[in-house]
Amino acid sequence: MSLPPTEALLRFDRVSHSFGAVEVLSELSLAVQPGEFVALVGPSGCGKTTLLNLGSGWIEPTSGRVDRPAGVRMVFQQDGLFPWLTVWDNVRLGLRHLADEAGRIRQAGVLLELIGLTAFRAHYPHQLSGGMRQRVELARALGGGTDLLLMDEPFSSVDYLTRLKLRAELARLLREQPRTVVLVTHDIEEAAQLADRVLVLSERPARIRDEVHLKVPRPRDATHPDVVAAVHRILTELGLEGDAEPPAAASRGPEIDR
Amino acid sequence: MSSVRSSRGPWLALAGPAALVALWAALASLGLFPESLFPTPLAVARGLGAELSNFRLVNDAIASLFRVTAGFLLAAGLGVPAGLLLGHSARAREALLPLVNFFRSLSPLAWIPFAILWLGIGDAPAIFLIFMAAFFPVVLSTTAAVASIPSVYFRVARDVGIEGAALLREVTLPAIAPQVITALRVTAGLSWLVVVAAEMIAGRDGLGFAIWDARNGLRTDLLVAAMVVIGLIGVALDRLLVRLTRIPSVRWGYDR
Repeated sequence: MSLPPTEALLRFDRVSHSFGAVEVLSELSLAVQPGEFVALVGPSGCGKTTLLNLGSGWIEPTSGRVDRPAGVRMVFQQDGLFPWLTVWDNVRLGLRHLADEAGRIRQAGVLLELIGLTAFRAHYPHQLSGGMRQRVELARALGGGTDLLLMDEPFSSVDYLTRLKLRAELARLLREQPRTVVLVTHDIEEAAQLADRVLVLSERPARIRDEVHLKVPRPRDATHPDVVAAVHRILTELGLEGDAEPPAAASRGPEIDR
Repeated sequence: MSSVRSSRGPWLALAGPAALVALWAALASLGLFPESLFPTPLAVARGLGAELSNFRLVNDAIASLFRVTAGFLLAAGLGVPAGLLLGHSARAREALLPLVNFFRSLSPLAWIPFAILWLGIGDAPAIFLIFMAAFFPVVLSTTAAVASIPSVYFRVARDVGIEGAALLREVTLPAIAPQVITALRVTAGLSWLVVVAAEMIAGRDGLGFAIWDARNGLRTDLLVAAMVVIGLIGVALDRLLVRLTRIPSVRWGYDR
């Protein structure tokens, strides 16, 4: 597919990447527009995380070009919080770029309020549940004030119900503090519920097999017909679901298109 | 978690020592050995009182504690930085870890002859021996701790703009603190074992020398008195160092 000529916030231009003899990405192009929420799904080991690492600048591509904004914040799977710092200090860590102490304190207070963990400010990460820890991670990442957030399976280490809550939380946080997000996940429902655009990646070396646009405004329910239809389409694309009975929304031609 | 505290107060903790003293008294009263070879608890208590009140044991304890403190601080002060270096550099590890492992496996007591030949008698040989006992385990533990810091901490640090010396202060050191504290506790105990041996051979004072002196004078009551003091101070040292593990910012390393 051709890339739109608009000012993309993150742009991969024919990016290839190899680890030794293993080619993980091959000539991949991708543009993420400001304010967009893009989810990447695909078989495990297909290079999703490598894509994020290239996006954050943690690694440089073997060939091709990555244009990224100056500040990028990453949200990790789990245990990205510093265990030796309290919730408060972990959130403040995300605010290091702010020059004045008063501003940092004020902003940390706002962020803690936002994730509803003000009462836990003096707790250490190991004293929190997995879901709470991920909320603190989100707050720390939002504190960076960067336009671009990269999320590497941020909710994969918590149970299903907590995951649903965290999705809602993320959607709410993004409504209050809009950001451009690239989310890597193996949870297809999560991708379809949260993203504006879901990119389905192939086996290694990763190519973009399919691109599913969701037109329903965020936040949306996991059971919204368009979300269900998108999940069906992605699963089918990945060869994990037959087309026995397409969901109702898909058959009435939903606002899902290429 | 924290140390075991029963609601029954300290009485249960005293039951063990009380039983031991009772058994000891019973054995002594059997008269299997002459009293000069198997002192009674009462004789030891008397000896302990006398040696404490004439300050001999007190001075010996101070001398031993000084040596342990000096040797241990030297080992920790040099061992932790050396471990940081080895932990960060795979090349340094490759070159130096075999050596570190060799010296760690070598009993520090094997150095006693050289310690005396090079440093004579007194503080210096004891401090040297303690250093040789404590330095290598500290290096190894620190190396292992640094090498096992999850890389995600460094990625977060990069995201939020921690770099240079701040990286060491704000990421590496707090990340290894729990493991290093555990290593320091173990090596402090080791140092306390070594100082006694060092002073028995290369000392003119200290608790190890007190043991040796009592043996030479066949004062087994004073010998046991010195043993009691050594054991009690050893326990107290560990109690002191275990407090480090209660620091809130290192609790994560022990609670899970």
